[in-house]
Amino acid sequence: MPKRTDISSILIIGSGPIIIGQGAEFDYSGTQAVRALKEEGYRVILVNSNPATIMTDPELADRTYIEPVTPEWVAKVIERERPDALLPTMGGQTALNVAMALVRDGTLEMYGVELIGANERAIRIAEDRAEFAQAMDRIGLATPAGSVVGSIEAGLAAVERTGYPSILRPSYTLGGTGGGIAYNREEFEALLKHGLDLSPVHSVLVERSIIGWKEFELEVMRDSADNVVIVCSIENVDPMGVHTGDSITVAPAMTLTDREYQKMRDASIRIIREVGVAAGGCNIQFAVDPATGEQLVIEMNPRVSRSSALASKATGFPIARIGAKVAVGYTLAELPNDITRTTPASFEPVLDYVVVKIPRFAFEKFPTAEPFLTTQMKSVGEAMAIGRTFKEALQKGFRGLEAGRAGWVIGAGPIDDRLSDVDRATLLSAIRRPTPERLFQIKRALIAGVSVDDLHDASRIDPWFLHQLAELVAMEDEWIAFRYGEDAAADRAMLLRFKRAGFSDWQLGDLKQLDEAHIRAGRHRLGLRPVYKTVDTCAGEFPSSTPYLYSCWDEENEAAPDGRPTVIILGSGPNRIGQGVEFDYCCVRATLAFRELGYRTVMVNSNPETVSTDFDISDVLYFEPLTLEHVLEIVHVEQPIGVVVQLGGQTPLGLAKALAAAGVPIMGTSPDSIDIAEDRRQFEALVRKLGIRQPANGTADTVAGALEAAERIGYPVLVRPSYVLGGRAMRIVYDAEELRGFFDEAARVAPGHPVLIDSFLEDAFEADVDAICDGENVVIGGVMQHIEDAGIHSGDSACVLPPYLITEAQVEQMREHTRAFAKALGVVGLINAQYAIKDGVVYCLEVNPRASRTIPFVSKTTGVPLAGLAAAVMVGKKLTELGLTDDPLQPYVAVKEAVFPFAKFPGVDTRLGPEMRSTGEVMGIADSFGMAFAKAQASADGALPLSGSVFVTVNDHDKPTVVPIARRFHELGFRILATSGTQRYLRARGIPAEPVLKVYEGRPNGIDLMVSGQVHLLVNTPLGKLTQRDDYAMRRAALQHGVPYTTTMSAAAAACDAIIALKSRRLEVCSLQEWHALAREAAKA
Amino acid sequence: MQHHAGGTGRPAFVLLEDGAWFAGRLVGRGAPGFGEVVFTTNLTGYQETFTDPSYLGQIVVMTAPMIGNYGITLTDDESARPQVSGVVVRELARHYSNWQGKRSLADWLAAAGVPIVTEVDTRRLTRHIRDRGAMRGVIAEGSEPTDALRAQLLASPSMEGLDLASRATTRVAYTQGEGPLVVAFDYGLKRNIVRMLERTGFRVEVVPAETTAEQVLERHPAGVFLSNGPGDPGAVDYAQRTIRTLAETGLPIFGICLGHQLLGLAFGGSTTKMSYGHRGGNHPVQDLATGRVLITTQNHGFAVVGGPDGVSGAPDLEVTHLNLNDGTVEGLRHRYLPVFAVQYHPEAAPGPHDAYPHFAQFLAAVRTRLGENAATS
Repeated sequence: MPKRTDISSILIIGSGPIIIGQGAEFDYSGTQAVRALKEEGYRVILVNSNPATIMTDPELADRTYIEPVTPEWVAKVIERERPDALLPTMGGQTALNVAMALVRDGTLEMYGVELIGANERAIRIAEDRAEFAQAMDRIGLATPAGSVVGSIEAGLAAVERTGYPSILRPSYTLGGTGGGIAYNREEFEALLKHGLDLSPVHSVLVERSIIGWKEFELEVMRDSADNVVIVCSIENVDPMGVHTGDSITVAPAMTLTDREYQKMRDASIRIIREVGVAAGGCNIQFAVDPATGEQLVIEMNPRVSRSSALASKATGFPIARIGAKVAVGYTLAELPNDITRTTPASFEPVLDYVVVKIPRFAFEKFPTAEPFLTTQMKSVGEAMAIGRTFKEALQKGFRGLEAGRAGWVIGAGPIDDRLSDVDRATLLSAIRRPTPERLFQIKRALIAGVSVDDLHDASRIDPWFLHQLAELVAMEDEWIAFRYGEDAAADRAMLLRFKRAGFSDWQLGDLKQLDEAHIRAGRHRLGLRPVYKTVDTCAGEFPSSTPYLYSCWDEENEAAPDGRPTVIILGSGPNRIGQGVEFDYCCVRATLAFRELGYRTVMVNSNPETVSTDFDISDVLYFEPLTLEHVLEIVHVEQPIGVVVQLGGQTPLGLAKALAAAGVPIMGTSPDSIDIAEDRRQFEALVRKLGIRQPANGTADTVAGALEAAERIGYPVLVRPSYVLGGRAMRIVYDAEELRGFFDEAARVAPGHPVLIDSFLEDAFEADVDAICDGENVVIGGVMQHIEDAGIHSGDSACVLPPYLITEAQVEQMREHTRAFAKALGVVGLINAQYAIKDGVVYCLEVNPRASRTIPFVSKTTGVPLAGLAAAVMVGKKLTELGLTDDPLQPYVAVKEAVFPFAKFPGVDTRLGPEMRSTGEVMGIADSFGMAFAKAQASADGALPLSGSVFVTVNDHDKPTVVPIARRFHELGFRILATSGTQRYLRARGIPAEPVLKVYEGRPNGIDLMVSGQVHLLVNTPLGKLTQRDDYAMRRAALQHGVPYTTTMSAAAAACDAIIALKSRRLEVCSLQEWHALAREAAKA
Repeated sequence: MQHHAGGTGRPAFVLLEDGAWFAGRLVGRGAPGFGEVVFTTNLTGYQETFTDPSYLGQIVVMTAPMIGNYGITLTDDESARPQVSGVVVRELARHYSNWQGKRSLADWLAAAGVPIVTEVDTRRLTRHIRDRGAMRGVIAEGSEPTDALRAQLLASPSMEGLDLASRATTRVAYTQGEGPLVVAFDYGLKRNIVRMLERTGFRVEVVPAETTAEQVLERHPAGVFLSNGPGDPGAVDYAQRTIRTLAETGLPIFGICLGHQLLGLAFGGSTTKMSYGHRGGNHPVQDLATGRVLITTQNHGFAVVGGPDGVSGAPDLEVTHLNLNDGTVEGLRHRYLPVFAVQYHPEAAPGPHDAYPHFAQFLAAVRTRLGENAATS
């Protein structure tokens, strides 16, 4: 069937901010879907609140709405755009939930919008645990015995039948949020209550535990003619009990016989038909009893998922793209296989390589959170690696993780592998309870002589994988014993064998106390270089015209540079807190720009969730870890005119010096300039030369030095390590005692570099400036004022463009300073500077001559594609040539707000600080600050109340500031509740605040009020050491019960502005294309 | 869980008749092994593949890189023994793990005297065959080929013109199952075909390839089945005559793979040796009547010449299925007689089960015929 002509416009819903369980993969899928439907001639309308995405670039969809992804706001877009159809399967659980809400409230029917891709019934069956179990029963498939319960009592009755340990899965939550494993009644009750609270339909599946069973996933596609294909099988190394997003996974499945695999395949086909995904993809999870082969169906996602992004990258089959095409009526046989271009999409990819995905965690950011892996996802990103064998892919995967490991290697000390000791009992007990370090613990156990059988008993990991690991350990012993450097032929054979098992030069060097460079030089002398093979969907059966490559140590090289001038763009590796999709955005925009300028582009990245690793973004894609060895070998093959390091965040930046030292040309700003900005002493000299003010500062290598510096500067001081992103181990220190306690932690993060100590400017405003420079001229992309006060990491602070509380003169001064920095550093490309303004004085906090986290936000706001322009200046274009002469202006306001993973980490304080902890961001854009802020809050899942009670509890310092805010809330008709001190203070100033007990004062207290839904907004600033626990409990309660809260006075004031805007005005949506037209008009005028 | 005996093996290689060779390590006994070098893209099912009689006389390259992971089971042999002349893999598992695994692949092949060479750049070998066609080859021990071996290779038999069906077939007839009788010609029959026929509701009598039409008719079958098998269909001329005779009696006939090719030949069509054939479990085949796509298991190096409009030289045959990758003929039906065949393997083993319904289609044809006979008698 050809495409449908009865629909002409299609609405796609994005997934909103990056959160744990819903990451960059939905930018990848959404972007593919938009492009796939656009090329069919449909008018595509997109809603997504996340500005850091490629999909929200105004060039992509016909109409791009950066508006909250909530039923209320999406309905506004529907009302305005009147799409014929809605494709809900590309934006994760968020999009599905919004689409279902719009079905239920009649919006879709009212405006005649048809759901395509998956219909209401299919979504309901797949999402509702009870309906799904019934559906499986109808087609004769087994699910884990369990029952769906809606109350604690029913839950306790259910667990009587299923027994402990018990698995809890709330309905309609993503990434297993609220789910977990309970080993006893106490844990069960706590988890069940939590799960019921989090499930939007208040139901939780209580399931028989099949912890330790093998876990598999199949990615399935179906078209409207009922053709079904399996795109990929995935086997989890970590068995049932660890969320698949947190598991190390392998594609294709490694340990199933054909009989077992075909049984799973048959079941998958029956499931997609029974659930009724009419045209699109789905992901189905199975558990297999390792002792009997019994198969159970665990769950099905009737949409594109994290796993389908992984499967797309693992096979070369673009699931989202094909999913979009079949949703508009094409059959699979009518669609080409985009990789081979000669065969159709109605086939099942076969792999002649092994893919390993390894999750990346951020527990270091949440030291009080339990580091155990359960059925609720906690990882923030992932690296994927491709090798010819499991061993090779696994070792590449650990390198791709960029966690400082040269492969599958243990940490320097037991603590690095989350161990207190390395005796057999400690090891086995640690291995029993999965943590991110489990595979390193297993390695230590293998080294200590623990048998595969014992490790299997402890971990339930399939013996096949454990044997693979044991073989690697045995190889290491061989290498250590080998007399390297005595006989060239023996060296060659040995090195080749180890390279084929995935050992890096770094790793081989470490094992022999030799330098990585020494191993590499020796290897090159022996003529040993990797070759590159193609991911072609068909294991070589058909010629393929798409250069999607990975390295291995076989014989034939398929990389084929064609002599055109080539630019290598280094991507940003796995997502992590502090380095997320925004850098991928920059890399993709730059790649597209280089292509447009006629350059052959080569992308190197290891992150399967991203748009940059889509095979049709660059001319050539190398799916490789971003380590020096891998990059140098690619440079050797590709002989580029240059390598771009300034767009992918810290990952490529960290390679810049070593690449330059190896003679690799770096595009744009020189590594030396980057270094000046990073190096405290050089930077201070520069600042002095330019006559710019800096907070008093110093550096220290020892505790004594730090104390001395802090004494000189005066407390409070901001303490942080050199060379880190995302404020890792950054803290505001108020006294010498605290500094003594914290110094080591900061020093350990960047060994060999001094710890930086700055005067902390209390109550200052902070601002970020993004600019572009061609070496001569500078254009300021935007000046963003942080809404939170100084001391909160810029990535965690909301910000507003243009600034709203800084004087024009101060803004101009920041622009001037930034221009001066750009010129002095010889920036060719992007530069970001951060300033603080205190008592009318502008201080420079830091300068980074590279793409910043805010580049996509500035570009979405202004319509100026800074990353693409940066690519152009890197190849010698001048800004004037590119038509960029004036700083862009915008007659509207954009607010960026950060989104946090606190709900996933019970026991973690939600109070913000200098260490970044947000996983994603949203943007609100409107004609006033209040409305833009309100939209941003709604997008960040903190929709502000229009009436009700505001609970105010602030420290003495903030009491004067809170008075006008409280007064405005009172005037808006809110009831004001306050704890004793605050209440008396407000009363004395004429605000009728009602008293609420503090937790230690008795009950009912503030927390009780929140739990019972009597608080609609919490305004809290930390009260001091005595009440720390109180504060903390209060903020956690707000988080758990969905009460919006602010922890700074400026955010409270902004919330007040936003509520006024919401109460006084109609909600209006407007597309980026329209906003940018306004900006262009303003520029003309 | 066991270690296989071979360790990391001895230097060995695969030499092709065009002179290209591919280094690896030999595991187990047995080199040299001569045969036509072909590749299969099946990800799973190496045991079924190696025991499939259609692979008789061939050296099979597995494009899936990790082979032997789940060992050898008691339930997945497609014939009594490994049929291949040799196996080429990228990495042979040194340990296997599966609840059904009973011994290692290496031990099992060694016991059957089949050489297996591992650590080969199988992708390079696959691409070589893809570009230049399947050709004769040899697995041998040593660090490089000798002139003597090259000469020996060139003197080894070529697949074209080779009747291997008479080598692969059963020597004696045997019967299984309950229901209407189907006589199944064994040209190299896979066990799962017999199981599928049985499960569909037939009594199956398996007979040697050279059984005559008269011998078949003496058994009063309700239908006739033509099996898969190795070699050049053109060389199995005795079967063509038999098939034609049987078809013209009005007996329902169902053919698979070699059986499909023989049917094409029997009605005047021709077959051609394909460059490198179809071997794997992911081939899309379109049913021309419904437009539906089946993902199929395939294993053939020859094909019936024809296209969507029919089979050249066989006006009575209608093409029912086409391969979506390359447009080759995948299914045939006689316009007037209850005779049909498919080039792919509906019995799978290994591979997807999308084409299982062909067995029911055969049963329906047999029932129709039985009904007609009952009505007329």
